[in-house]
Amino acid sequence: MTEKLLDVRGVTLQYRTTEHVVTATHRVSFSIYPGDRFILLGPSGCGKSSLLKAVGGYLAPLEGEITLKGKRITGPGPDRMMVFQEFDQLLPWKTVTENVVFPLLATGKLSRKEAFEKARHYIDKVGLTRAKDSYPHTLSGGMKQRVAIARGMAMEPEILLMDEPFAALDALTRRTMQDELLRLWDDTKFTVLFVTHSINEAIRIGNRILLLSPHPGQVRAELNSTDDVSHIGALETQIHDLLFA
Amino acid sequence: MTAINPFAPPRDDQFFVVPVFGENADVERPIPFWEKLWNKGWLRKCLIIAALAALWQAYGVFSDNSLLFPTFTDTMEAFRDNIVNGVLPARAWTSVRVLLIGYALGIGLATVLSVLAITTRIGNDFLETLTSMFNPLPAIALLPLALLWFGLGLGSLIFVLVHSVLWVMALNMHAGFLGVSQTMRMVGRNYGLSKLSYVMKILVPAAFPSILTGMKVGWAFAWRTLIAAELVFGVSSGQGGLGWFIFENKNQLEIPSVFAGLFSVILIGLAMENIVFRKIEEKTVRRWGMQH
Repeated sequence: MTEKLLDVRGVTLQYRTTEHVVTATHRVSFSIYPGDRFILLGPSGCGKSSLLKAVGGYLAPLEGEITLKGKRITGPGPDRMMVFQEFDQLLPWKTVTENVVFPLLATGKLSRKEAFEKARHYIDKVGLTRAKDSYPHTLSGGMKQRVAIARGMAMEPEILLMDEPFAALDALTRRTMQDELLRLWDDTKFTVLFVTHSINEAIRIGNRILLLSPHPGQVRAELNSTDDVSHIGALETQIHDLLFA
Repeated sequence: MTAINPFAPPRDDQFFVVPVFGENADVERPIPFWEKLWNKGWLRKCLIIAALAALWQAYGVFSDNSLLFPTFTDTMEAFRDNIVNGVLPARAWTSVRVLLIGYALGIGLATVLSVLAITTRIGNDFLETLTSMFNPLPAIALLPLALLWFGLGLGSLIFVLVHSVLWVMALNMHAGFLGVSQTMRMVGRNYGLSKLSYVMKILVPAAFPSILTGMKVGWAFAWRTLIAAELVFGVSSGQGGLGWFIFENKNQLEIPSVFAGLFSVILIGLAMENIVFRKIEEKTVRRWGMQH
């Protein structure tokens, strides 16, 4: 049996606004194995983004613990690369290639030459070879997200954390990006923790889906996804009923 | 199929067209020469300057009082003479050198203060208190005190210069740091950068538009302060700057030379703004799409 990669045990998360202390999640547990495409799915207010931030190390759990390969997560680090929803996650003062290369060099992971080679490899993979010397402000939203994905993958992290990365894209681009992500996964079998509020996207992308109910976020169900076209509809209805019944 | 609208008449006349672009179609057409010329910013600005000079000349000729208001051509003559005999370049260099020292020190100190302010809460309070106390204080008001402390010379000038640059620069830099988006901050932390390289490699470039504004305003403040300070005491170790040049010529009633001195101040300011800062902008914020 394979070892667990990421283990989330009884995690309660709280954050403060100026007036209130809000409980984002209440004693949430789940485990991710290597190669999983693990989805956190739920309506807004279910704490899925907070959970992702906690795994990213930006938010410390009030109770429970999160471990990566048995080691407790205490802060952000390059072994958990984040892909954000926002288009401004690329550094505007760096070209596409420089954006991908920067974390490779900043963490001292690779030499200059190796870093550029790796960057080129992943930029090719996401199909941005032609735009490799462009600055981010000249790219479309979909291209920016591709760069962010290339940047995350080039680091070859233990786990890739994606926070609704396609939510701000138009429906057509979104569909293409989902297919591309799956193709990339077929190539490299990376582990990804993916947050979405779209049932359809969850079923398309994930192999395992954690359903969360809102206020505060609690586990509602953990399901296997399907790629059997005849079962997708039934699964979609089932998830819909679980979330909104 | 339910996709068909039951309320509309049936439309079976579907058709497809493959667009063919005309052989001689006008896809791309060069911009006319005059329009291209008019698009050059420097040319438009030169025209404005030429118009102002013409106005000056007209008024100078009209008032016919070379003591109070010399004409543009008189000023240019004095300017040329003073360049040729080497006085003006030497004076200008003295001023610029002092200015650069004070400016660099001011920016350096401002950077230290703003970095402290963004990384620690007490640093933040410190900067906020100091800027609200000292920013409204005119640098020149500190000059008597500076003279007392540092004597007549370079030390006093640099002290007032640093004061004039520091607060406005720190204020802008700090505001720039605060304006960096949350996403970009998280990206920086995601890379696991150290505190210092996080500031230098993420915060500084991301806040660069504000930093540049601070540098521009600081530069102007520094110039004003320096010329004013030189007018007050001018000579430092036997060699005065542009302010002193102006003061000296006023005493000798060489009014065209006074104008020539002022003209040099303006020229240096124009050159700094339109060459140095412009180049920096082109290479940075414009290229990165942070400013259009």
